[in-house]
Amino acid sequence: MKRFSKQTRSAFINYGIIIIFFIVFQTLSATGSLGSSLKGQLIPICAYIIMALSLNLVVGISGELSLGHAGFMSVGAFTGVVVANSLSGTVTNGTLRLILALIIGAFVAAIAGIVIGIPVLRLRGDYLAIVTLAFGEIIKNVLNCLYVGLDDKGLHFSLKDEPSLHLNPGGRTILSGPMGALGITKLSTFFIGIVLILLVLFYIQNFVNSRPGRAIAAIRDNRIAAEACGIPVTKYKLMAFVTSAAMAGSAGALYALNYSTVVPKKFDFNTSILILVFVVLGGIGNLRGSIIAAALLTVLPELLRQFQDYRMLVYAIVLILVMLITNNEKAMVFIRSRIKKLYKLTRKEGV
Amino acid sequence: MSNKDIKLVQLPSPNFVPERDKDKPLMLEVSHLGIDFGGLTAVNEFNIGISPTEIAGLIGPNGAGKTTVFNLLTKVYEPTRGTILLDGKDTHGMNTIQVNQAGIARTFQNIRLFDKLTVEDNVKIGLHNSIKYHMPTGVFRLPKYWKEEKKAHDKAMELLSIFDMQDMAGYIAGSLPYGAQRRLEIVRALATGPKLLLLDEPAAGMNPSETSELMENIEKIRDEFKIAILLIEHDMNLVMGVCESIAVLNFGEIIAKGTPNDIQNNPKVIEAYLGSGSINGGEKEGTLPDSSDASKPDAEQMSTGHLASPDAMIGGRKEES
Amino acid sequence: MLSYLINGISLGSVYAIIALGYTMVYGIAKMLNFAHGDVIMIGGYMAFCSTSYLGWPVIPSVLFAMTVCTMLGILIERLAYKPLRDASSLAVLITAIGVSYFLQNMALLIWSSNPKAFPNMVNLPNVVIGDIQISSVAIVTIIACIVIMIILTLFTTRTKLGKAMRAVSEDKGAAQLMGINVNATISMTFAIGSGLAAIAGVLLCTAYPTLMPTTGAMPGIKAFTAAVFGGIGSIPGAMLGGILLGIIEIFGKAYISTQLSDAIVFAVLIIVLIVKPTGLLGKKMAEKV
Repeated sequence: MKRFSKQTRSAFINYGIIIIFFIVFQTLSATGSLGSSLKGQLIPICAYIIMALSLNLVVGISGELSLGHAGFMSVGAFTGVVVANSLSGTVTNGTLRLILALIIGAFVAAIAGIVIGIPVLRLRGDYLAIVTLAFGEIIKNVLNCLYVGLDDKGLHFSLKDEPSLHLNPGGRTILSGPMGALGITKLSTFFIGIVLILLVLFYIQNFVNSRPGRAIAAIRDNRIAAEACGIPVTKYKLMAFVTSAAMAGSAGALYALNYSTVVPKKFDFNTSILILVFVVLGGIGNLRGSIIAAALLTVLPELLRQFQDYRMLVYAIVLILVMLITNNEKAMVFIRSRIKKLYKLTRKEGV
Repeated sequence: MSNKDIKLVQLPSPNFVPERDKDKPLMLEVSHLGIDFGGLTAVNEFNIGISPTEIAGLIGPNGAGKTTVFNLLTKVYEPTRGTILLDGKDTHGMNTIQVNQAGIARTFQNIRLFDKLTVEDNVKIGLHNSIKYHMPTGVFRLPKYWKEEKKAHDKAMELLSIFDMQDMAGYIAGSLPYGAQRRLEIVRALATGPKLLLLDEPAAGMNPSETSELMENIEKIRDEFKIAILLIEHDMNLVMGVCESIAVLNFGEIIAKGTPNDIQNNPKVIEAYLGSGSINGGEKEGTLPDSSDASKPDAEQMSTGHLASPDAMIGGRKEES
Repeated sequence: MLSYLINGISLGSVYAIIALGYTMVYGIAKMLNFAHGDVIMIGGYMAFCSTSYLGWPVIPSVLFAMTVCTMLGILIERLAYKPLRDASSLAVLITAIGVSYFLQNMALLIWSSNPKAFPNMVNLPNVVIGDIQISSVAIVTIIACIVIMIILTLFTTRTKLGKAMRAVSEDKGAAQLMGINVNATISMTFAIGSGLAAIAGVLLCTAYPTLMPTTGAMPGIKAFTAAVFGGIGSIPGAMLGGILLGIIEIFGKAYISTQLSDAIVFAVLIIVLIVKPTGLLGKKMAEKV
C-alpha cells in the first residue's frame, strides 16, 4: 500500500464503499429482507449521491455557491424521458435505451450549463448564488409550460398547451406541462445507478488531482493569485460548472426513469437546497462525506416514517442542531475527545 | 557580484541601465504610465526602463503608489494612460492572465498563496502553462499524464530547492511560517517562467538573517534564470544592497532615479520620507543608512534601516495594499 | 394599462417590504436569511387567528401579528444564528434553511395544509377614477409601503440606533471598538425585519386571500430577488427593486404569459446583474490587491 499516495488510497476506499453498498443491498433485496419502501429508495439514493458529488465539484472544489442544481437534474430528467420514450420503437433493449437516455440527458444538461455558466460565472459570492437560484426557477417554470409530443413526423414542442402540438393521429404526448411526464417505462436499475456513481467518482477524483483540477482549486483559494499565475479563470470555472451540470443531468435521467410519472415541480428550489444540505453536512469538498450524507439523508425521512407528521419537523431540528454543533469549537473538541476515548477503549479490549 | 561596481549608462532613450546590458533591448519600458481613481490621480507620468538582467528597486513612503504600479504592470488595474512595453511588446489590451503568459510574474504584499493546497501544488499551479496535457488525459490517466506530472514534480522540486524548501513540499501552504510563505510566493512566480519578476515587499515580516539570505537569493535567481527583477521594499539595507538602480515614488510620481548612492544623497528623497519640516523633528530614522555597511547587516542596522515605521508616514496617509 | 401599473406597484410594495427585511439583515449580518419568507407566513397566520378565531378588529390583530413576529425574529436570531456568528456563510445558510423548514412544518402541524380563507383586512370601498377601478387593498398597500420607507429612512439616518446599525453593517469590529453593542444591534435588525414581515404577511394575504404553510416561500424568494435586484444591503435599493419586480411580474402576466411570469421576473434579474453585477443601487466593492 506504501506506493500509493494518500489520495489514491482515499479514492479506492470510496470505490470500495460504493461496491460494498451495492453488494449488501443487492443481496438484501434478492433475499427479500429489504422493506419495499427502502427498496424503492435505492435508485433515488444513487441519483442523489450523484447529485451531491456533482454539486460538491462546484461548491467544494470550485468554491462557488450554486442554489439551482436541481435545474440541471430536471433538464436531464425530462430529456432522458423524451429520449427513452422516442427510442422505444427503435431501440428495444431497455438497458441500452437507458444508457442513451443518460448520455443525452447529461449532454443537454451540459449545454444548459454552458448557457447559464457563461453569464453567471462573472458574478461572485452571494450574487452568483442568487442567479443560479433564478436560473433554477426559470428552468422549472419553462418545463412547467413545456409540451412535447411524438408522432410519425418526429418530435413536436409547444409552450402553450397540448392541442398546439398538432400531433398527427397516432401520435402521443410525452410531456404535458405541469403534469410532467406520464406513463414512463421504468428503465433504471440499481446496477446502472451504481455504475454511474462509480463513473462520476472516478471522473471527479482523477480530475481533482490533475492539471485542470489544480487550476480550479487555485482559483477557489485565491482568484487574483491564480490570474497572476496565468491561469485562465473563466475557462476553468466553466469547466467545473459544465461538468457538474452534465453529471446532474445524468442523475436526473436516472431518477426520472425510475418512476412512471415525474412532474417539473419535483426539481424546485427545495431540491436544490436538499442537495446542498448533503454537501454541507458531508463536509465541503469531501466526496466520501457527500456520499454518506446523501444516502443517509435520503433514507432518514423514510426511517422517521413512524413519526409521521413530525418527521419533517425532526429533520429540520436535526439539521439546525448539526450545524450548530459542528460549528461550535467547544462541542467539536468534546466530541473528538470522546471519540478518541472510545477508540482507545476498544483498542484496549481488542488487545 | 556586488552592486557597488555597477555603473549605470544613459541610453538614447531617457533610461539608464547597468553597463553590461547597454547593448541589449530593454526588458521593460514604461512611459507616461498613469491611473486615476475617480478624481484621484494615484500614479502619474511613471517612466522606467529595466534591462534584461537588472535588479531594480522601487521605493517610496507609504501610500506613494508603489503597489499600484505593480497592479498596473500586471493589469490588475487598467492604466488610464501610458504604455508598457515588455520585451518590446505592447501589453495594451492584455489582461492579468495574458500579461503573465507574456512574461511578468509577481508576488503580493499581502501574501496570496493557495492556502488549502500543498506547497508542491502551489508551485505546480505556477507551472500550469508549461504542463502540456488536457482534461481527458488527466481524467483517464493516460501515459502522457504520468510523464507530464513527473516532469512537473521534478521541476517543482528543483525550483523549491532555490530556497531549500524541498522538505516542505507536502505541507499545506497556509500552515507555513510567514517567511516561508513569502519564499514560496517567489518560487511560484518563478515557476510561471517569467522574463520579469515583480517582488512586492519580499522581506516584510522576515527577521534579519532571513532577509540577508533573501538578498543572496534574489541575486542568485537573477543570475540563474537570467531575468529582470523589480522589487518594492521598505528595508533599506535590502534595497541598497541588492538593487542596481532605484526609483523613488512619492504621491504617485517619480521624484528620483539613480544608483543606490545617488538616491541616498538625494535631498528630495530625504524630504519625501520625512516631510518638509519633519513632524518628528528628524529622528534617527531620518538618515538613510550608508549602504557600505549593507554587506554585513546586523540587527541594529536593520532597525534603523526601516523607513516603513509609522512615524515616517507622510500626512498620515494609509498604505495602499 | 394604468390599472396594471397600479397592481404592479401594489404587489411590488409587498415585495419591497419583505425585501427590506432581507436587505437589512444581509447588510448587517452578511447572511441570506431564507427563513424570512416563513416569518411572513407566521405573520399571516397570527393575523388570521386573531381576527377569525378571536374576533379582534383589524388594527389590534395587525399589531398582534407584528409583536409575535418581532419576538420570533429575535428568538430565531438568538437560538440559531448568533452561535454561528463566526461560522462560514454556507453553514449559516443551511441553518437558515433548517429554520425555514422548521417554521413551515410547525405551521403544518398547527394549522394543517388546508388553505385558510384570509379575511379581508381592508374594508374600504374601491376607488373609481374615470372608467378604471382601483382596489382599496392596492392603495392601502402602497401607502403602507411609502410610510414604512419614510420611517425607516428617518430611523437609519437620524436616530442613534439607526446609525449604530449602519456602523455595524460597515465594520463590525470597528463599531464594537466605538462602544456599539453589536449583538443588540443585530437583534434589533432582526426584530425590525420580522416586524415588517408581519405587515407584509397581512398585506400579501389580503391581496391573495389563501393562507397555507408554504405561502411565504415563493414571495420570500422573489423578495430576496428584489433585494438583490436593487443592490443587496441598500434600503432604497430594496424599495426600488421590490416595486420594479412587482411591475415586471404584473406586466409579464398581462402581456406575455401567465405561466411564464416567474421565468420573466428571474430573467430580468439575471440581465440586470450581468449588466450591473452589484444590483441597481448596490455599491461596488473593489477587492484590494
